[in-house]
Parts: sequence; C-alpha cells; structure tokens
Amino acid sequence: MTGLTAYTNARLIDPASKTDVGGAVLIEGNKIIDWGPALFSDGAPENVRIVDCRGYCLAPGLIDMRVHLPEPGGEHKESFETASAAAAAGGVTSIVCLPDAETPIDNISVLEFIARRARETNIVKIYAYGTITRERDGGELSEFGILNEAGALAFTDGDRALADALVMRRALSYAATFGFLIIQHPEEPRLARNGQMSEGEMATRLGLAGIPAVAEVMMIERDLRLVELTGARYHAAHVSTAAAIDAVRSAKARGLPVTCDTAPHYFTLNDTAVMDYRTFTKVSPPLRDETDRLAVIEGVRDGTIDVIASDHRPQDQDSKRLPFLQAETGIVGLETLLPLTLALNHERDIPLIDLIGCLTVAPAGLLDMKEGKLEAGLPADFTIFDPDRDWTVEASALQSKSKNTPFDDYAVKGMAMCTVVGGRHVHSLLD
Amino acid sequence: MAETEKVADLLPPRRHILGMEGAPREEIEALLDLSESYIEQNRQDDKKSSILRGRTLINVFFENSTRTRTSFELAGKRLGADVINMSVSSSAIKKGETLIDTAMTLNAMHPDVLTVRHADSGAVQLLSEKVTCSVLNAGDGSHEHPTQALLDALTIRRRRDTLERLTVAICGDIAHSRVARSNIYLLNTMGAKVRLVAPKTLLPAAIEKFGVDVHHRMEDGIRDADIIMMLRLQTERMQGSFVPSTREYFRFFGLDREKLAVAKPDALIMHPGPMNRGIEIDSELADDIDRSVIHEQVEMGVAVRMACLDLVTRNLSRNANGGDA
Repeated sequence: MTGLTAYTNARLIDPASKTDVGGAVLIEGNKIIDWGPALFSDGAPENVRIVDCRGYCLAPGLIDMRVHLPEPGGEHKESFETASAAAAAGGVTSIVCLPDAETPIDNISVLEFIARRARETNIVKIYAYGTITRERDGGELSEFGILNEAGALAFTDGDRALADALVMRRALSYAATFGFLIIQHPEEPRLARNGQMSEGEMATRLGLAGIPAVAEVMMIERDLRLVELTGARYHAAHVSTAAAIDAVRSAKARGLPVTCDTAPHYFTLNDTAVMDYRTFTKVSPPLRDETDRLAVIEGVRDGTIDVIASDHRPQDQDSKRLPFLQAETGIVGLETLLPLTLALNHERDIPLIDLIGCLTVAPAGLLDMKEGKLEAGLPADFTIFDPDRDWTVEASALQSKSKNTPFDDYAVKGMAMCTVVGGRHVHSLLD
Repeated sequence: MAETEKVADLLPPRRHILGMEGAPREEIEALLDLSESYIEQNRQDDKKSSILRGRTLINVFFENSTRTRTSFELAGKRLGADVINMSVSSSAIKKGETLIDTAMTLNAMHPDVLTVRHADSGAVQLLSEKVTCSVLNAGDGSHEHPTQALLDALTIRRRRDTLERLTVAICGDIAHSRVARSNIYLLNTMGAKVRLVAPKTLLPAAIEKFGVDVHHRMEDGIRDADIIMMLRLQTERMQGSFVPSTREYFRFFGLDREKLAVAKPDALIMHPGPMNRGIEIDSELADDIDRSVIHEQVEMGVAVRMACLDLVTRNLSRNANGGDA
C-alpha cells in the first residue's frame, strides 16, 4: 500500500467552491491530494485503499466554533476525551473551546494545557479562544497578541457579556490593531439580571422572572456603534431574537465587519419547551418565543446568520436536577448539531450546501482556520453523512459525559456515518 | 361523616394538589363543599375526627411561614393525623443537601402527605416527582398557592352564595404573587370576572392573556367591584426598586375609604395576610367588620386544608400505586 486512500461513490459537498456533485476524494496520509467528479470515474487504481461512501454526502469536516469544555476543574461534566468522542460521533472534526471554564483562558499556560491535552486525546482537533478581559471580569484587557501567538483564534468572555462600553471600545480598538475578532455574548446584563427564561406568557405562567428579548438587541446595537467607531471585526454569539438579527442584517448592509452565529436550539425550540420547569431547556440566552424562532430560521436562510454552532455546554445531574432558579444553563449539542441543522433543509427547504457552509467554511473563515474546505494540500478532515437517515436521539446513548439535552427521545433525520480527522477514521459506521 | 364521603366520591383521583391552573370546576366545587363540612367541625368543642388516624403529615417549609404552617398543622391534627413540622433553613441547604436529597430522605420515612413551601417557583412540583406520597403545594415562589385560592373562594361563596359573575379586583404586586396566579385561575374557572390593579412595574409580562382586565388606577379597577383582594407588598420591593416609596404606593394603590367608595356598597375586602397596615390597606378599613373578611379567610383556611388532606389521603388508599398528579 502507498498510504493512499480513495473515498469513492460520494456526493461531494464543498460550500467553499459551491460544489455539490458525485465524485471521489483521494488522500495521502493526512492530506487531501485530489478530489472531484472526474476522479476515478474509470475506477480506482489497485494500490489505493478504497472507502466506499455508498452515495452519502462527503463534506469538509464540521467545525463547531462554540464548545464549552469544562476541563480543568469540571472533569466530572466533560473531559477532553468525552468531548472529543461526542464531536467525532456528531461528525465534528474541529472544536473551538470557549474560555469560560473554571480556569479562564487569559494566559498562555492555559492555552498550553489545552494544546497538550488535545495532543494526548488526539481524536478531533481542539482549538481555543482567549478571554477579552483578564479573569473575564470585564476590566483589564488580556494579552491579545501573546495569546494569539500561543494559539487563541479570537477573543471572547464566553457566556459573560462585556458590559462596560469603554472597555468594549478599547477591546475592539486594540483587536483592530491586529485584525483579531471580538466575540460578544450579546445580552445587557443589568436588564437580564435575575432572569430565568424569556419574558412572556410562559414565564408568567411558571412564575419565573423573565429576560426581555430587547436585552439582546440593545447590546448588539451599542456594540455596532463601537464597531463603526473602531473598525474592528465583531461577532455576535448565538443570536436568538428577530430584532437582533435585523440589527445585524442592516449593519451588514452598511458594510460593517459584523457576523453572528446561532445554536440549533434557537431554531428548533421556543419558550414553551420550558413547560414543567424542564431545566434542560435553561440556556443563556433563553429560548425565545415562536416569532423569534422563525426569525432565526430566516436569518440562516438569507445568510444574516453566518455560522451554526452547538453552544455545547455539559452540565451534570447535580447542576440540573434543581429548582429552575438554581439550575445551571446549558445544553450538550455536539451530537445533535448536524441533524438539527439538517432539519432546516428537510423542513424549511434551506439548501443543504448553505447549511453545510454554516458548519464548515464560514466558521473557518471567521477564525482564519485552514480547515473547512475540500482542497488539495489541506488536511484530510471530512464528514461523511447520510442526510436522510432517521434516528431518535437518546440522552443515555450520548458520548458526552453529561446528558443534558432537551432532545431526549426526539426524532431527527441525518447522521454522521464517518468522521475523518487528518485521514484517520475517528468515528465510522462504514468500515 | 357519611355526607362528606359522598362528596369526596365525586372527586376524581388526585395524588397531589400543586396548583389551580387547569383544575376543573367540578373539582373545585366539590372541594369547597367538602370544606363546608369541616367549618362546622372546627366550631365544635370537640374539633377532632379520626379520618386521618395513623397517617403522617409532614409540613416541609423551605421558606418561613407561621400562618400557613399553623393552618396546615391544625388541619392535620383535627383530622387525627400525626403532624411533624420541618423548617429547612437556608443554612441547612447551604450545607449541600439538595431539594431532591431532602425529598428522598423524607420519603424514606413513609409520610402520607407532605405540605411543601419553597421560595423557588416549580420546586414543589420537582419534589412531588421524587416522592411516593401525596404533596400539597403550600406556596412555591411566584408560581401558585392553591389552598389560598380555595380558601378565598370558600370565603366569597359563603358571603355571596356563588362566584359566578362576581367582579373581583386583585390589587397590588401581581408580578411576584403566587396568590394572584392561583386566584386568577380559580376565579376564571368559576365564572367570576377578574380585574387586576397595579402599577406597571408590578404586573408580569403578557398577563392580559390570562383572562383578566388590567387597570393601573384603583378608581377604575375597583369601580363596582364585588370583591377587592389586596395583596401584600413584599418589603424588599417597596423601596425604590419597583415602587418609589411606601408613601407613594399607599397614595395611589393603597385601599382607603375614599377609593373604596367607587366599589359596590357591600363590596368585601380580602387580604391573604400578613398585612402591611398603611401600605396596601388603611388600618381602620382592615378592621372594619362590615367590610373586611380577613379573619374569616383565616378560619376558612383550616377547613380548606382539611378538605385537601381528606381528598388526597382518600385517593392514597384508593390508588396505592399513585394516581393522577
């Protein structure tokens, strides 16, 4: 054997080159050598290992740009190993860790720890962000340049909004010096204070303090003024309201360097899912009303929403089996990211290639990652999936150490059949 | 007690009483009928019966309360149950025992009924899902306080014979009130017209979808009302955060004789207690025996809680393996 492997009989989906065509991919070791419709159309040579993709889709490996990995400090909720296994099972080849674990990523040693653990685990690729402010306390800026040299792809305070306008201005201004991306958790924290779920009829029925939808757009609108002032690249995380999406849409039309993402639960569920105080539906930002949910779908459709990320946030039973007020926020999402996203194709007719773009080339472009494309010379990271496979999510069967999903016993369509990272099959139902 | 048994037989099986949302009219009426019989019992020299003999009732109060706990305690004792009071102070919770741990621990002692009060909305339901006995909600956060709504309904029904078509104005801190929510559900189910009167800071979102008319001026809200229910303004909400001051609150939303003049001449004044005299209600008015039924409410409370205990324990024996939650 030559170390050559051919993935044949595939439906090639490469959003970067707008390709959706039958064909094959040839890799050598950990790199793509060639790909396309014509490749091996006359049959593969004999010295090549063949993986028959059985007509399934073959796309660049999915990149999940929002993963909360609680190690170090929260290993009982998720470890590098379990998060990697969950990613692989979900068809995700690269994850980007939010810096909001117990130990914030505000210095090089934490990035070095993550790099070492990622090497030891060696299942999927694990990247990380740095914090915007030290200790994520919203005060002094972290060392963007030094953290970037140590691997930080962009800067965010994770699930904490950077509320101080002056600090945000300086963060954007300083980031613009280097061209770094600033990612905001867009929620006006004083307006959202004490809030447990989205304000509205359901919150009133349950007697839970509400967070008004405007808490999201008012933070984004403030930040957009600062983006205009500084020229920095700005990304609004997990947008969930119609008003926020409109604000981003018009900012893009004005040519501002603004992007945003959403998570599958914001286009799959609305606040009625909180019924019976289901703490697995407690997330930040909260699940909104039906109008907002539909607006998120339209935001994905028209490209206002650039990226779909899972916002994977593992929580153990002790963090969730509590009265709603006391329960932690978060949903494990790595293993449901692909099928819940594909539902937008099956049920809402959003083109498959656009949805895959939201999971591959779009996050790669935002974060200056080389992955996310099918291209000769690039790493052999790809996801082979059956877009039509029916299956039922079972919380207990998840690879994640934590099982906090509101999608237990939920019927979905679309499954990762083989996850390839640097030429290695880290998950496969094909072999 | 033959008559009582007949009434209870009409009731559908119910293991827990967690709220008034969705409670059917027949069930509310039957519970009120059952309560009537206990009012008489409570007025006898010998107040004790034995229908709960051998049963264990634990009052589990995660939030301080003297009145409601005493009412449940008397209700249990007058029916012959063994009653234990348990105050779970916040410090004990800080030691690490979760609500579910507490529930499992208590459950292992084989109580028949737990009455539970908790500061968090939904906590009583959560606890009820983890135990094999019956649970009565004695108030959870801003969610529900079903026995308060039932005792209010009993008080009104005894004075006005029916709740049908009565205009009931609920005034004050609706946003944080479990009493208001339970009353809104019950009164709507029973065919009363419900009005709410409060400053906008004390009204929860989308409350107009709950079958109520919302008013911001007392004079509009209580005009021609049959019943005026005043809610307690929690101390921590008085100063500056939701209303500017107690003085300003009383000026615009406190009930006094002048404002009361626009209500029906025989309108009844109710309050779930404990009252803040001079803040939500004029002190003299609260003591006016012609208008205020506040003490009657307390009396009805014991009877209603006896009826609730009676109901759930009958269903315990009828459905040893649990019934409809």
